[in-house]
Amino acid sequence: MNQELLRVENLKKHFPVTEGLVLQRTVGYVQAVDGISFTINNGETLGLVGESGCGKTTTSKLILRLEKPTDGNIYLEGQDIQSFRGDGLREFRTQVQAVFQDPWSSLSPRMRVKDIVSEALVVNRNVSDQERDDRVEEVLTQVGLHQGQGELYPHEFSGGQRQRVAVASALASYPKLIILDEPVSALDVSIRAQVMNLLVDLQKETGVAFLLVAHNLATVRYMAHQTAVMYLGQIVEYSPTEELYENPLHPYTKALFSAALPAHPDDQREEVVLTGEVPSPINPPSGCRFHPRCPFAMDRCAVEVPLQLDKGNGHFVSCHLYD
Amino acid sequence: MSNNDVVLQVNDLHTYFFNRRGITKAVDGISFTLREGETLGIVGESGCGKTMTALSLLGLVPQPGARIVSGEIILDGEDLVQKSKQEMREIRGRKISMILQDPQTSLNPVFSIGNQVIEAFAINEKGNRKAMINRAVEALRNVRVAAPETRMKDYPHQMSGGMKQRVIGAISIASSPKVIIADEPTTALDVTIQLQYLRLLKEIQSETGLAIIFITHDFGIVARMCDRVAVMYAGRIVETADVRTLFNKPVHPYTQALMASVPQMDRTDRLFAIDGQPPALWDLPEGCRFAERCSHARPHCHQEYPGMFQAGDDHHASCWMLDESWSNTEQEVTA
Repeated sequence: MNQELLRVENLKKHFPVTEGLVLQRTVGYVQAVDGISFTINNGETLGLVGESGCGKTTTSKLILRLEKPTDGNIYLEGQDIQSFRGDGLREFRTQVQAVFQDPWSSLSPRMRVKDIVSEALVVNRNVSDQERDDRVEEVLTQVGLHQGQGELYPHEFSGGQRQRVAVASALASYPKLIILDEPVSALDVSIRAQVMNLLVDLQKETGVAFLLVAHNLATVRYMAHQTAVMYLGQIVEYSPTEELYENPLHPYTKALFSAALPAHPDDQREEVVLTGEVPSPINPPSGCRFHPRCPFAMDRCAVEVPLQLDKGNGHFVSCHLYD
Repeated sequence: MSNNDVVLQVNDLHTYFFNRRGITKAVDGISFTLREGETLGIVGESGCGKTMTALSLLGLVPQPGARIVSGEIILDGEDLVQKSKQEMREIRGRKISMILQDPQTSLNPVFSIGNQVIEAFAINEKGNRKAMINRAVEALRNVRVAAPETRMKDYPHQMSGGMKQRVIGAISIASSPKVIIADEPTTALDVTIQLQYLRLLKEIQSETGLAIIFITHDFGIVARMCDRVAVMYAGRIVETADVRTLFNKPVHPYTQALMASVPQMDRTDRLFAIDGQPPALWDLPEGCRFAERCSHARPHCHQEYPGMFQAGDDHHASCWMLDESWSNTEQEVTA
């Protein structure tokens, strides 16, 4: 199972910032994603953690081919996804699916659930009505809904059930990779656990790989095999999840972990409070992008961009402290 | 602690919505007390009545449609339920105030920050403009806004989410209220900014002796911030205790299940999930409202709502398991 499914190499996405109404000129670039690399294996989950504006969502859009990268490549099973055309592209669309954060806005209110679920299948592949109905029934059962509920409209479901519908529709076309963009953060605590358990079970059953974009560290810990921590468009630390949570190295990762709320009122943990806020990605700081907020910043951090260092056990960190 | 410290006492409050569907019992008989300098957490899932409780306290229940049906809200010896709209305008801001969830929408985009902070003073008192400006600068400095003099002229879109939430904090405490209600104030903020904000609230509280009602669904925030906790389910409080007791020894099955379903940083075993969903507030069952999802439920639970039982010192829960007859009936069943 541990075959490489997705490889992202030095991926960049810069959005131009323009000025002027008619004669627009580019005055700068938002460096939303700036040179990230990672791989996802079949049947595994990569967690992408970071604060808002760090480029998590842009990364998932690039992988879904909803945005064109400025530079760098994305390979699905060895094939460059930018090279897909026509039938190849349709096939790609069935292979990579997505589940979004908000099940209230991501499901069309005017379609029956069975049509929502079968859409990806019908649009991209030639299937008979019988095959379609069978598949809808199968995935609805897989996500814990019953077949009759396919006739209903999204407004007749609760939040947790809607997210199950969204998962079913992503699953219908036998994808190899599903991008989960904050899949549980809009749900209530008790419902969240149901959906997280469901996703983990489905992965075991179907061998689908997940890219889990989340800001909740406990969610990532629970679901992801590998975790990448992003800050201002770059991956600052990348490691197997166990290893990362036991032994975080990058000062930003440490701050992120210490900002997570305690599980018990008697939990005393050292709170690394970061000063200030995330700088603008239009003119990111020189050198290490984290240096203006870093409690351990040295002179060279402002000048020199840290390289990714291999600390063993598949643990990579980009920080001058470990050089 | 003596009773003199009590700043807010809520007795058997009922707030209902009336519409074509019938009566929606958003808040259905809740009681609690809040002492000076204390932080009370009200925890529950969406639709359990947390926010309607807060709006009832402020006299901001949506009109028409909803109304406080019965109960008392005693703040500083006065019953807020009996107050007219005009009187409530005087009380709001001066004695009781609120921080809302979303900083992006709770500031007016067409007025400068300074104007909006000054407005908070100007509504309740008169004074010259110059003095007002100075007070506003001071208020912004108190919530640790850097360079408050220049920030006064900024508009909301020029500020980050964390900064805006600080400005809202400054507005809420402008007229030094006794009680502040914080309704999920950090859900829209990033984790590192959330920590900054929570620490700030604690600092302000220790400086001013403010009592805070913290409405949240996040047990992490409860653990970090609160002294006492009330757990709400389907319009009623099902358990109250001081924060340590609640975390160490929760007695209500709903509290236990809710805690078990929260993913932890240091655990990777399977999560406990509560099956089903809360009942609709316009079609509530006769008996215990959690009975349908409860693994301990017995026939009696479905028939009669349990009253509040004492589970320990300052620890109450409404569950039949705490009744004396519970263990006896179990013996009968096994016998």
